[in-house]
Amino acid sequence: MTGMDLTVIWALIIAFAVFMYVVMDGFDLGIGILFPGYPPGEGRDRAMNAIAPVWDGNETWLVLGGGGLFAAFPLAYAIVMPATYPLVIAMLLGLVFRGVAFEFRWRDSGHRAFWDSAFCAGSLVAALAQGMILGAILQGIKVADRAYAGSWFDWLTPYTLLTGLGTVAGYTLLGALWLAMKLDGAPQRRALRHARWAGMATLLLLIAVSLATPFLAADYWRRWFDMPQILMTSQVPLLSAILFATMFYMIVKDKPGRAFLAALGVFLLGMVGLGISIWPNAVPPGVTIYDAAAPARSQSFMLVGVVLIVPLILAYTAWAYWVFRGKVGAEGYH
Amino acid sequence: MTDDLALSLARAQFAFTVSFHFIFPALSIGLASYLAVLEGLWLKTGKPHYLDLFRYWVKIFAVAFAMGVVSGIVMSYQFGTNWSVFSDKAGGVIGPLMAYEVLTAFFLEAGFLGVMLFGMKRVGRGLHFTATLMVAVGTFISAFWILSVNSWMQTPAGYEILSDGRFVPGESWLAIVFNPSFPYRLVHTVLAAYLTTAFLVGGVGGWHLLRGNKTQQVRTMFSMAMWMAALVAPIQIFAGDAHGLNTLEHQPVKVMAMEGHYDSHPDGAPLYLFGIPDDDAQRLDYAVGIPKLSSLILKHDMNAPLDGLKSVPREDQPPVFIVFWAFRIMVAIGFAMMGLGLWSLVARWRGRLYDWRALHRMAVLLGPAGFVAVIAGWVTTEVGRQPWTVHGLLRTADSASPLDAPAVAASLTAFVLVYFAVFGVGVWYLLKLMGHSPGSGGDGPSAEACEEIAPIRSAGITPALGMAETRAGRSPHGDERETEQ
Repeated sequence: MTGMDLTVIWALIIAFAVFMYVVMDGFDLGIGILFPGYPPGEGRDRAMNAIAPVWDGNETWLVLGGGGLFAAFPLAYAIVMPATYPLVIAMLLGLVFRGVAFEFRWRDSGHRAFWDSAFCAGSLVAALAQGMILGAILQGIKVADRAYAGSWFDWLTPYTLLTGLGTVAGYTLLGALWLAMKLDGAPQRRALRHARWAGMATLLLLIAVSLATPFLAADYWRRWFDMPQILMTSQVPLLSAILFATMFYMIVKDKPGRAFLAALGVFLLGMVGLGISIWPNAVPPGVTIYDAAAPARSQSFMLVGVVLIVPLILAYTAWAYWVFRGKVGAEGYH
Repeated sequence: MTDDLALSLARAQFAFTVSFHFIFPALSIGLASYLAVLEGLWLKTGKPHYLDLFRYWVKIFAVAFAMGVVSGIVMSYQFGTNWSVFSDKAGGVIGPLMAYEVLTAFFLEAGFLGVMLFGMKRVGRGLHFTATLMVAVGTFISAFWILSVNSWMQTPAGYEILSDGRFVPGESWLAIVFNPSFPYRLVHTVLAAYLTTAFLVGGVGGWHLLRGNKTQQVRTMFSMAMWMAALVAPIQIFAGDAHGLNTLEHQPVKVMAMEGHYDSHPDGAPLYLFGIPDDDAQRLDYAVGIPKLSSLILKHDMNAPLDGLKSVPREDQPPVFIVFWAFRIMVAIGFAMMGLGLWSLVARWRGRLYDWRALHRMAVLLGPAGFVAVIAGWVTTEVGRQPWTVHGLLRTADSASPLDAPAVAASLTAFVLVYFAVFGVGVWYLLKLMGHSPGSGGDGPSAEACEEIAPIRSAGITPALGMAETRAGRSPHGDERETEQ
C-alpha cells in the first residue's frame, strides 16, 4: 500500500519536475528560437542578458526530470530512451550548442554570428526533439520483455511532428513574453508582436494535437469522453480557451507579465490533459507506473530529499531571479 | 539483438563522452575552491591583487563550467539511451544517489552561479562571497554523489537481488552510499581535481613569468600553485597508495592488470616498470621489473605471495594493455608533480621562485599534466573493472540497450564531431584567456571596483568596448571606474 501511494507521489513529482522545466527552460529555449529576430549587436546582447544568469539553473530541471525518472521509474527510463534514441541524442547535441553559445559568443567577436546561429539552431532542435519525444510516448511504445521492441523510426510520425511543432510554438510564445517583460522600447514592441504570432501558432497546434490525441488509442477516447468523467475533462479545454483569450487580451494591453502567467496556465492545463490521457501508464500502452516503479525503499529514500530540499531550491532560485529582476538595460548588469 | 559491434560502439561512446566531460569538472571542482579562497583573501586582507586574480580566473571558470554542464547533461541521459538494461537493473540503487546529486549539488551550483558571475553589485560583497562558496560546495557535493555511484559499481554493497536480476536497496542506504571503495575514491579524485587546477594555475603563472611579466598578480598565482604542488602532491601519492590497497582487497583482478601480473608469484611479485602485455599469450613481453617490490608495496612484505591473471578465467579478465599503461602514465605524472613541488620549495628557500626559468618551464610543461593524469586514472579504474558494469554481478555485455550497431555508430560519430569542434573551440578560448595577463585592479578594492565580475559579458553589450577587450585581453574596468568615480 505504501509502495502504491509512494508511486503516485513520485509520478506527481516527475510531472512537477517536467512542468518546472517547461516553465523555466521553455522561455529560455524560446528566446533562442527568436534570436535571429533581433538585430546583431545591442538587441541580441540584451536578449541574451535576459536569461544569462539563470539558464543553467533552468536546465537543471531537465536533469532532475531525467534523473528522477531514472531513479523512481527505471523501467520507463530504460524503455523511452532507446525508443526515442535519435531524438534524445539530437536534443542533447542541440543543448550543447546553445549552452556553450552563452559564453563563446562573448569570447570571439569574429565568430559571434556563428555562435548566435548555434544558439538559435540548438534551441530549435532541443525544443522540437522534446516535443517529439512527448508525442512518441503518447502514441505508444512497443515493449517486449522489459525492453523497447519497436524499430528505428517508430518515433517519426505526423503526430510526433505535430507535438514537436506545438512545443516549438509554445516555447517561442513563452520566450517572446519573457523578452517583452525584460525589455523596453522598440525591442519590447517587437517581442509583443512575436508573442502574437507565436500565440496564434500555439493555439492552432494545441487544437490539432488535442483533436488527434483521442484517436491514437481507444483508452484515450474513453478517458476523455466517457460519462461521467467528461464533466471533469471538458473543463480542461474550456479553461484553456479562457486562458488563451486572457493572454491575447493582455498582449494587446501591453501587459506581458500577466500574459506570461496566462501562457503558463495553458501549459499547466496541457500537462493536466497529458495526465488524463496516459494515467496510470508510465509508458503507454502497456507499462503502468506500478510496473515501472523503483522499489519502495528507493522511492521513500528520495522522497525525504525531495521534501527537504526542493523548497530550498525553490527559495534560492526565486532569490536569484529576484536579484536579476527588472528590465535589462543597454548597460546590462552593472 | 545486441551484437558485439553495437556493444563496442556503445562502450566507445560512453568512454568518449565521459572522458571529455570529466576534463571540465576536474577543473571546475578545483577552480571553484580556488576562487572562493581568492575572494576570501580579498575580503580579509583588502589586497586588490586577490580580486584581480578572482576576476581573471572566474572568466575561465565560466567557460569551463558551461562546457561541463552541457557535456554533463549528455551523461545523465546516456545511461538510458545506451545502457537501458543496466538502468533497469541497477536504477533502484544508483538512481536515488544520482537524484540526490541533482537535488543537492546541481541546483546549488546553478542557482548561485548567476549571482557569482553577474551579481556583485546587486547583492554586495558578503552575499556574493556566499554565492561563490555555495558554488564551490556544490561542486564538492556533486563529486560526493557521483563518486558514490561509481564506487558502488566497483564495490557493490548493501543491495539485494530480485529473481528477475534487478538490484534493490537493502536495509541501510549508508551501506550503499559508503560502500567499501567510496572514501578512498572520493579523497583521491577530489585531490586530483585540486592538483589539476593547481598545475594549470602554476602553468599559467609560469608562462607569464617566462615572458617577463612579474606583477604581484602573476607572482601570487604562481606561488599559491607551487604551495599546492609541494603540499598536496605527496598527500595524493599517499592517498593513491591507500586507494590501491583498497582495490587489492576488493578488486584484486584489477590490480593484477595494473601490475601486469599474468603469473602468480608465491614468493614475492616484481614491480614491472615496462612491458608489453599480451592477453592472448597471457604474458608480459619485454618486461623490465624490480624483483619483489610489488609485494613490498601491496603487502608491505617483499616475500608475500600475489596471484596472477592466469588464476582467473579468461572471460573475467580486463584488457590488460590499457590498464597497465594508463596506470603507469598516472603514477609517472604524480611523481613528476611531487618533483616540481619539491623543486619549488628549493627555489623558495633560495629566494629564486620568480626568476628560475627552468622551474617556470617545467611548470608550463606540467600545466596540463593534471588532466592527463585524471583521465589516465579513470581509464585505469574503469577499464580495470571490465568485463563488469557492476563488479562481479552484472556483465557489460548484459547491460547495453537493444540498439543496432548503425544507430550507435551514427550517434558516436555525431558526438565525436560535435565534441571536438565545440569543446576544441572552447579549449582554444580558454587558452586565449589564459594567455592574457591578469589585469591590475590599480586603485584598491571597492564595491565599484568589483561590481562587474564578468566584464566581457556586460562589456559585450557595448560592442566596441567588448571587442576592444577581446582583442587586447584587458578589461575595460580602469576606464569604467574612472567615469564612475
